[in-house]
Amino acid sequence: MEKFINVTLRVWRQRGPKEKGQFVDYKMEKVSTDSSFFEMLDALNEKLVSQKQEPIVFDHDCREGICGTCSLYINGRPHGNDTAVTTCQLHMRRFSDGETIIVEPWRSTAFPVIRDLMVDRTAFEKIQQAGGYISVNTGGPRDANEIPISKIDADEAMDSASCIGCGACVAACKNASAMLFVSAKVSQFALLPQGKVEAKQRVKAMVAKMDELGFGNCTNTRACEVECPKSVSISNIARLNRELICAKLSD
Amino acid sequence: MTKINSRIPEGPLAEKWSNYKSHQKLVNPANKRRLDIIVVGTGLAGASAAASLGEMGFNVINFCIQDSARRAHSIAAQGGINAAKNYQNDGDSIYRLFYDTIKGGDYRAREANVYRLAEVSNDIIDQCVGQGVPFAREYGGLLDNRSFGGAQVSRTFYAKGQTGQQLLLGAYSAQMRQVKKGTVKLYTRYEMLDLVVIDGRARGILARDLVTGEIKRFAAHAVVIATGGYGNAFFLSTNAMSCNGSAAMQCYRKGAYFSNPAFAQIHPTCIPVHGEFQSKLTLMSESLRNDGRIWVPKKKEDAEAIRAGKLKPTAIKEEDRDYYLERRYPAFGNLVPRDVASRAAKERCDAGFGVNNTGLAVYLDFSDAIKRLGRDVVEARYGNLFQMYEKIVDDNPYETPMMIYPAIHYTMGGIWVDYELMTSVPGCFCIGEANFSDHGANRLGASALMQGLADGYFVLPYTIQNYLADQIRVPRFSTELPEFVEAEKELKAKIDKIMAVKGTRTVDSIHKELGLIMWDFVGMARNKAGLETAIQKIRAMKDVFWKEVYVPGNAYDLNTELDKAIRLLDFIEIGELMALDALDREESCGGHFREEHQTEEGEALRHDDKFSYVSCWKFEGENKEPELLKEDLDYQFVQVQTRNYKA
Repeated sequence: MEKFINVTLRVWRQRGPKEKGQFVDYKMEKVSTDSSFFEMLDALNEKLVSQKQEPIVFDHDCREGICGTCSLYINGRPHGNDTAVTTCQLHMRRFSDGETIIVEPWRSTAFPVIRDLMVDRTAFEKIQQAGGYISVNTGGPRDANEIPISKIDADEAMDSASCIGCGACVAACKNASAMLFVSAKVSQFALLPQGKVEAKQRVKAMVAKMDELGFGNCTNTRACEVECPKSVSISNIARLNRELICAKLSD
Repeated sequence: MTKINSRIPEGPLAEKWSNYKSHQKLVNPANKRRLDIIVVGTGLAGASAAASLGEMGFNVINFCIQDSARRAHSIAAQGGINAAKNYQNDGDSIYRLFYDTIKGGDYRAREANVYRLAEVSNDIIDQCVGQGVPFAREYGGLLDNRSFGGAQVSRTFYAKGQTGQQLLLGAYSAQMRQVKKGTVKLYTRYEMLDLVVIDGRARGILARDLVTGEIKRFAAHAVVIATGGYGNAFFLSTNAMSCNGSAAMQCYRKGAYFSNPAFAQIHPTCIPVHGEFQSKLTLMSESLRNDGRIWVPKKKEDAEAIRAGKLKPTAIKEEDRDYYLERRYPAFGNLVPRDVASRAAKERCDAGFGVNNTGLAVYLDFSDAIKRLGRDVVEARYGNLFQMYEKIVDDNPYETPMMIYPAIHYTMGGIWVDYELMTSVPGCFCIGEANFSDHGANRLGASALMQGLADGYFVLPYTIQNYLADQIRVPRFSTELPEFVEAEKELKAKIDKIMAVKGTRTVDSIHKELGLIMWDFVGMARNKAGLETAIQKIRAMKDVFWKEVYVPGNAYDLNTELDKAIRLLDFIEIGELMALDALDREESCGGHFREEHQTEEGEALRHDDKFSYVSCWKFEGENKEPELLKEDLDYQFVQVQTRNYKA
C-alpha cells in the first residue's frame, strides 16, 4: 500500500571532471512509496529549480529498465538495494521513513565524472568498436532459416545479449573490471554459428581494448553478477577466458 | 496551390520497387567517398541507415542525443517484428502483410510505400540473423513466431520481450563496425537544433554539444532525419525522457511538410497512472494479449467495491466478468488492433466499470493461460514483462490480474516524405517513426521495428543515391557560409531569450500543463468544441512559456533544464499542429476518433469521399496559421472497406 516517508538525500555534487566534489544533503518530505527513485529526484530538482538553484545532473532516459542510461550508486550498491533492477526501476518502497540515502556516481577511472552523478562511459563504446560485431554487410546474409540454431544455444545467447551496457558491473567491482560486460558480448557471438568465423580475433581485440582503457582485472568475487540489472551470469566470464586462451594458443 | 508529388513509380504494385531499383541513378564507389551524409538519430532507422551507408562507402556523420548510440528508444520495443516469411505455413504472404498494414492503418497510408515495406520485411529478418540477433527458436532450431494485433497469422519474430533491444544492438554493432573503419563519425550527447538550407537544398545542421553547451556547425551533401516520434508532447507517454519532436519541427520551419500530426497511437496495455510526480508511462507489450484476457467486472457494484479496495479481482466469479473484447470482436478477440482495444477500454471505464482506485484501468488476466500452459511456459514467454510490472506496481501478475490502461505510445504522423523518403526540402530525408509514411491512421503491433529497419537498411540506401548522383560535382561546403552564420545567430538569439525570461515556473511544470490539455482535448476521443478550446489553450501556453519559464545555469554549458526548455517550445507547436489537424479531419479513422463521427455501435466512422488524403501542413511563419495541402490517396490495388474485426 502507498505510504509517505521523509528521507534525507546525501548527494555527490561535482561541477566537472577536474573539479573537487562534495556531498550535499537535501531533505525530501512526504515522498510516496509508490513513486520511483527518479520521480523523487525529479521532485527534488523541481524544488531546487524553483529556488533558482541548478538541478542535480544524472543520466536517465527510458525509465523502464532497458536503455542502460541510468547509473546511480545508492547506499553503496549500483542501482540501489533491490535485485535485478536499474535505478529507474527502483522504488521508494525500498526505503524507510527517516532514512539517509547516499547517492554517488559510478566510480571508476575508466568512467570519469562529467557532472554530479553523470559519468562518461565512452570506454564501453570503444570496446564494442574493437570487435563487438559480426562482419556482415547489409543485404549479404542468406535466408534466416538456413542457419538452424539449437534452442538451448539461442536462449543462452539471448541471456548474454540482454546486457544493457549500464556499467553496474564495473561500479560494483573492487577492481573496476569490465569483464562481465565484455564477456556478455563475446559469449553471445561465441554461442552462435554466425559469430564463429571471427571469434578468435574478436575476443583478443575486445580484451586488449578493455585492458588499454584502464579497467581492472577479474578476481571472481561475483559482485558484478549480483548487481547486474539483467542478471547476466559470470559463467560468461568463464566462457570468455576459455575463448581467450584457445585464441591465444592457436596463434 | 502547391502540388504534392509523391513520385510513386509507375507499374503494377508488386513491380514498382524492383523497377525503381533497376532504373534509379547510382553513385560509383570513388564518388561515394566524396559525399557526406548527416544522419541524425541512432535508433533502428538511424543506426541501420548509418551502418548501411557507411558500408557502401559514403562518409557518414551521425548524431545521437544519448551517451551511446545503443540507448536510443527503439531499445525499449518489446514484442516483436513482423515479416512475411510464412515460416508457419499459415497463409502469410507479402500481399497479406501489405493488406493487413493498409487495413490496420484504416486506409490512410500510401499503397506503394506499404507494399515495399512488406516486400523488404523478409530481408530484415535475414539481415538480423546474420548479425547474430538471438531471435526465439523452436526446438528444431528454426525461428519461432507469435501473433500480434490486427493479423490472423503468426508472423511476428521476437527475442523474449526485448526484441527492440536485440534488433537495435544488431544495428548498433554494425554501426560500431563502421565507426571503427572510419566511414561513420559518431557524435554522442549531441542534439540537432537547426536544419541549414542553402539554395533550396538541405546542406547541414546546427547541433548543440550537450556536455559543453557549445553550438556547432556541420555541413553535408544530404541530411537524414531519424529522430523518432513526438508522443512526449503529452508529457506522459511511453517514450523515453529525451524523445522529442524538435528535429522534425526544425525541418518543418525550413519548408518540410508535417503530415497527419493528429495520428497518434494510444497503446491499450500500459501501466496506469499513479500520481502527480509520475514521469512516464510504462508499456506492457501487446504480445501479452496472445495469452492474457482483458476484462472488467460485469456489475457496477463490483467495480465500485474494487475501486474502494473492498474486493479483489480474483474473488469475482467467471460469469460476473465482462471479457469485452471477446464479446464485441469475436473474430479477433483480445488481438484487435491497438486503437480499437484502447477505445474499448475507455468506453468501459467511462461507463463506470473501470478498476484501480482511479477507475481508469482494466484487467489483463493470465489465470486461464497459466491453467492451460502452466506457469513455466507463461514465465518463459513473458517473464521479463511480469518482473517489470511487479517492480513498478508491487503486485504479482501470476497471482492477480495486471491492471492496464491506454497511453500515448507512437506517432504515425510525422514529416512528409515522397516514395524516396525525401521531404519537401530537397536533400533532406526522413526515416523511421519521424516520417509519416507507412502506418496510415494506426500502426499495427510489431510494425514499427519493421519500418525503422526497412527504411534504414533497405530503402534509404537506395533512394538517397538517386539524389546524390546529381551531387557528385558539388564540393564540400564550408560552415562559414552566410546561411550557417545566420542560422547560428538566430539560434543563439532564441537560446539567450529563453535564458532571459527568468520567470518563476519550471520547464516541467509548463510541460505537464500542456500534456493535460493534450490528453483532455486531443487524446483518445476528440470533438470540434474541445479541439477549438485546445488550440486556444495551447497558444496560451506559448505565452506562459515566454513570460514564466525559469532556466537556471548558463546557456553555453551543460544545462539539462535548457535542453528540456528548447524541446518544450517545439512540443507546444506540435501540440497546436495536432489539434489543427484533428479539427480539420472531420471523420474518425484509426487512432483519430472524432466523437461526432461514429457508428451506432461506437465504432470509428470514416468519410472516404472527403478525407481520403494525407494532410500536409506547410509552415507560413511564426504565429501564422500553417497552410493545409493535401496528398490524395488513390487506392488502385486494394478495395477500400470498413474495417471489421468482428467476423
